[in-house]
Amino acid sequence: MSGNSIIGEAAIRAGCQCYFGYPITPQNELTEYMAAHLGRRKGCSFVQAESELAAINMVYGASLVGARTMTSSSSPGISLKQEGISYLAASQLPAVIVNMSRGGPGLGSISAAQSDYFQATRGGGHGDYRTIVLAPSSGQELADFTHRAFELADKYQIPVIILGDGMLGQMMEPVEFKHEAPEKPPVRSNALRGAKGRPSRAITTFTSKPTELEEINWSLFRRYQLIQRRETTYEAFMAEDAKLMVVAFGVAARIAKGAIKNVQAEGLKVGMLRPITLWPFPSAQVTSLSNKVKQFLVFEMNMGQMIEDVQLALTGNGDVSFYGRPGGVIPTPSEVAKVISRIYYQKGLK
Amino acid sequence: MLIKTVFAGFGGQGVLSMGLNLAQAAMLEGKNVTYLPSYGAEVRGGTANCTVAISDEEIASPVASAPEYVVAMNKPSLVRFQNQLESGGILFVNSSLIEADISRGDINLVEVPANDIAKKLGSPKSANMVMLGAFTRKSNLVSLSTLIEALEDTLKKKKKVLEVNKKALEAGYSYFK
Repeated sequence: MSGNSIIGEAAIRAGCQCYFGYPITPQNELTEYMAAHLGRRKGCSFVQAESELAAINMVYGASLVGARTMTSSSSPGISLKQEGISYLAASQLPAVIVNMSRGGPGLGSISAAQSDYFQATRGGGHGDYRTIVLAPSSGQELADFTHRAFELADKYQIPVIILGDGMLGQMMEPVEFKHEAPEKPPVRSNALRGAKGRPSRAITTFTSKPTELEEINWSLFRRYQLIQRRETTYEAFMAEDAKLMVVAFGVAARIAKGAIKNVQAEGLKVGMLRPITLWPFPSAQVTSLSNKVKQFLVFEMNMGQMIEDVQLALTGNGDVSFYGRPGGVIPTPSEVAKVISRIYYQKGLK
Repeated sequence: MLIKTVFAGFGGQGVLSMGLNLAQAAMLEGKNVTYLPSYGAEVRGGTANCTVAISDEEIASPVASAPEYVVAMNKPSLVRFQNQLESGGILFVNSSLIEADISRGDINLVEVPANDIAKKLGSPKSANMVMLGAFTRKSNLVSLSTLIEALEDTLKKKKKVLEVNKKALEAGYSYFK
C-alpha cells in the first residue's frame, strides 16, 4: 500500500470517525482512501471541504462533540490550517493532523522535504502552545504511529501532528496492521453532546480576564511537561561504541542508516540517534550521549532546523556539524556516506 | 543483495503497473521491497517512472541513483536513464518504439519488441506486461508464477483483463529461450 493509504487504513482502525480534507499533492491518496473507505462506515463521515480553513474548522467541530477526527494536507495547506490548530490547542481538543510535507517556502515543489520542522515543533500558529509531533520513517511506522497519534491526542486532549513527507506518502511498502477497527468508537466524557441531566458547558478560546487566561496557559504548560516526561521517544542505532553520532529524523534517518552501514563496513565507528517524537524532543538523550561522544552530525532535508534542538541539548558540550539538502532533493545513502567519512577524518576520529 | 529497477515511459503505457506488479510479487516471495512512483503532478500523458528496490535486508532509500536495471518504454526515458544505469547493468528497451542508440560500452542491452508482440496477441495495451515478462526472464528477481499470483490479486475483479495480461506476461517471458 502507498504510505498515504496506510495512514488512512490505520486511522480507520484507530476508530477515526471523521475526516475533512482539501486536495493537495503529495497526500491526495489519503483523502482518496478516506473518501472510498471512511464515508460508508456506520456513524462516520468524510467531507471534502471547500478549503483548508474549512477543513480544520470542521475538525474543531467534530472534536467538540467527541469524534475521533483527522485532517491531512501538505506544507502550504498546513500553513493555512495553523489558525485552527491554535484554536484546537487552546480548547484542549484532540485531533490528528497529517503533514506530508514538500519542498518550500511558498508553493515549493511536490518532492519530499523536511523544511516544516520549525513549524511543526514550535506550535506553528499563534499563542503559547505545543503539539505532539511524530516522525515516521517507514510504511510500518506510518501505520503504528497513526494509531499512537489518536491515542495520544485523546489521552492528553491535544492536537497531534504526523510529520511525513512526499516520499513516505507516495512510496509503497509491505505493512502489517496490528489493530482491528473498534466496534464502537471510544467515548470522551468532556464532549459536548447535549446537557441532559447536567449543567451546560461552554468550550471557548476567548477570555477577557488575563488572570483566567494565565491559569489556562499554566495548565497547558503542566500538561506539556507531563508529555515531555512520559512520551519522548527515539531510536538509537549502533550507538554503543560510536565516535560520531548522526542525528536525523524521518526519511533522512532511513537514508542515514544505509549510509552508516556502508561506513561501518569500512571500520568507522558511527551511530545514529533518531528522534521519533520531534516534540517532545529527546533532549535528555542527546545530553547523556555527550558524556561519551563529542562529535555530532545533524543530517536533514532542509537548511538546518532540528540542529537547533541538538545544540540546545548539548549546550556547547559537543561539536556539531551539519549536512542538508533542501528544496525537495533526496540525497542517496552513498552521498551521505561520503559526508560522514569526510567529517570522521576531518575531526581526527581515525 | 539490493537490486534497484527503474521502469520509465509516458503516462498510459502502464509503467507504474509494471513496477507495482514486480513489487507485489517480491513481497509475496517474502523480500523487503519499496515502490516509489514519480509522475507529473498536474498533467495527463506526461512522463512517468517508478523505482522498485528489492533486498534481503532493510532498504535505506527507495530512490535509485544508479539502478541495476532500467526498462525504457519510450525514447525520452532511454535518453534520461541510460546514463544513470549502474556499470554492468542491463538496459531493457522497447524496440517496437525506440531505436536503441547506446552511448555507453559498459552496459548490456536487451531489446524487446513489446508493442509488436502485444499486437500479435490482439491486445496492444498489454505491451507493458510483455516487457515485464521478458524482464523477469532476464533478471530472475522473482519467479513467473509469483508474478502471475500478484497479477491475479491486483486484477481479481477483472477476469477478462487478467487473462489478457497473463497471456502477455507469458509471451514476454518465453520471448527469450
